[in-house]
Amino acid sequence: MKITQDIIEHIADLARLNLSEAEKEKLTIEMANIVAYVDKLNELDTTDVPPTSHVKPVHNIFREDIAGKSYDRDKILANAPSHEEGCFKVPKVVE
Amino acid sequence: MKLNELTAHELGALLRDKKVSAVEITKSVLDRIDSVENKIDSYLTVCGEQALKKAEGVQVRLDKGDVKSPLAGIPMAIKDNMCTEGIKTTCASKMLHNFIPPYNATAVSKLYDSDTILLGKLNMDEFAMGGSTENSHFKQTKNPWDIERVPGGSSGGSAASVASDETIFALGSDTGGSIRQPASFCGIVGMKPTYGTVSRFGLVAFASSLDQIGPLTKDVTDCALVLNAITGYDPMDTTSSNVDYPDYTKALVNDIKGMKIGIPSEYIGEGINPEVREIILKAVDTLKALGAQCEEFSLPVTEYAIPAYYLIACAEASSNLARYDGIKYGYRAEKYNDLLDLYRQTRSEGFGAEVKRRIMLGTYALSSGYYDAYYKKALQVRTLIKNGFDKAFEKYDLIVGPTAPTTAYRIGEKANNPLEMYLGDIYTVSVNIAGLPGLVIPCGFDSGNLPVGLQFIGKAFDESTLLRVGYTFEQNTEYHKKKPVI
Repeated sequence: MKITQDIIEHIADLARLNLSEAEKEKLTIEMANIVAYVDKLNELDTTDVPPTSHVKPVHNIFREDIAGKSYDRDKILANAPSHEEGCFKVPKVVE
Repeated sequence: MKLNELTAHELGALLRDKKVSAVEITKSVLDRIDSVENKIDSYLTVCGEQALKKAEGVQVRLDKGDVKSPLAGIPMAIKDNMCTEGIKTTCASKMLHNFIPPYNATAVSKLYDSDTILLGKLNMDEFAMGGSTENSHFKQTKNPWDIERVPGGSSGGSAASVASDETIFALGSDTGGSIRQPASFCGIVGMKPTYGTVSRFGLVAFASSLDQIGPLTKDVTDCALVLNAITGYDPMDTTSSNVDYPDYTKALVNDIKGMKIGIPSEYIGEGINPEVREIILKAVDTLKALGAQCEEFSLPVTEYAIPAYYLIACAEASSNLARYDGIKYGYRAEKYNDLLDLYRQTRSEGFGAEVKRRIMLGTYALSSGYYDAYYKKALQVRTLIKNGFDKAFEKYDLIVGPTAPTTAYRIGEKANNPLEMYLGDIYTVSVNIAGLPGLVIPCGFDSGNLPVGLQFIGKAFDESTLLRVGYTFEQNTEYHKKKPVI
């Protein structure tokens, strides 16, 4: 698959990145090189090979529903770029 | 010899014999930081006062005989992607430049419980993405053996601080070689333990199915001591293994007679620097002379490990790094139009070039229409790589080979060619893909006096065999005793 500037713009949109024109141009070339390289995987026949998403196949690790230690709200909010009355503050979302 | 130049086990013996105090040791290391840090740049944060205060407290308890851990009173430093309560944890990124965690990573808590003394936080490639520490937003760490060269990465600050005696030991993290390659470049010992043996709770996530915390130390004995302190089941990490963990110091036995060791032909063939190859083969001869049975074998699909690794790691990274939105913590852009634009501007200004590149590649690999061709294909290749190791371990107790195709390269030499940089990970990424343990120890120096690291790869949960072979090699050679002149 050829990497075009249109694809780069679409991927940047999915990744929530604003790219400058210079970044777009550079990434188009770099991504094209990298994708051409990873296309090497197509040399391998993987028909009937099951995928391994994780070397340790664990599913649904549950714990007892017991209240544990929580964190101090002020300490958590101290890291927020903006907060008010104990809440994270964001730009207006609904009109 | 100065105190800061000693190993943790040597200092531990001096402390137990009351020949030195924890305060003297800590001062000695802080003095060293004062005198060489301007050349090496391995730290992002130094907590000198806190360290001295902690040392005083530990010494009082040592005097009372109230301390159990052999690491009590030993100063150490932590890669800046592990959360330290009340101490800035930046991941060497503008995105987290002001982040102060409200909790400790489990590995950090365990070191605190062992009464070790935190000196500070260490430089790294931004979000652990890179192999040279050139991707740090804040500074370039230099290789103590030649300050015009990279220390390796991503745990470059960890390796450089240990090699320059600016700490007694350090913790790093390894997603595709990030402990082992800098250990090789800086001439020290580094271990990536089996996936699941060290809790990832509080380790800022890069690629969750590959990330693992491990020690960087001055010798193999210290590696075993630190492993004893940081391994273990943790309910806060759902992938943490609930198994019986051995006492790793029991593996420090100077005997490898009859041990079966395989050398992958693919690791010493095309692509490796001839001088590095020669040093590795000489190290294999040393293992043979010590009684091990070494032979070459073919480890199939080696050449496909890097493409598979970059697809898997970037896919996971693109998902993990979605959390950086400028709302809850870290950097927020100053100018934006609305909520969506706040996310976009924050991420565009907060992430560096390599992080953006990997988020883009990962997003592409996971996006509609490409998922089967890239991400799923990479996971199938992962199965083949894992099968290759399983088969090898039917025949061999462990695998030995190089850590990286070259010794440390010059700062800037590969900075403009991301793909070339990725190819340097050829001998390390498979170990993460298969979740295995890998140990690197110094095994020689090239003609430029740059260290070369020998890599041992073991069966899952068999760190002990790696330590035993590493210890035997170390006891019969002198490479680990050589220090850089800074």
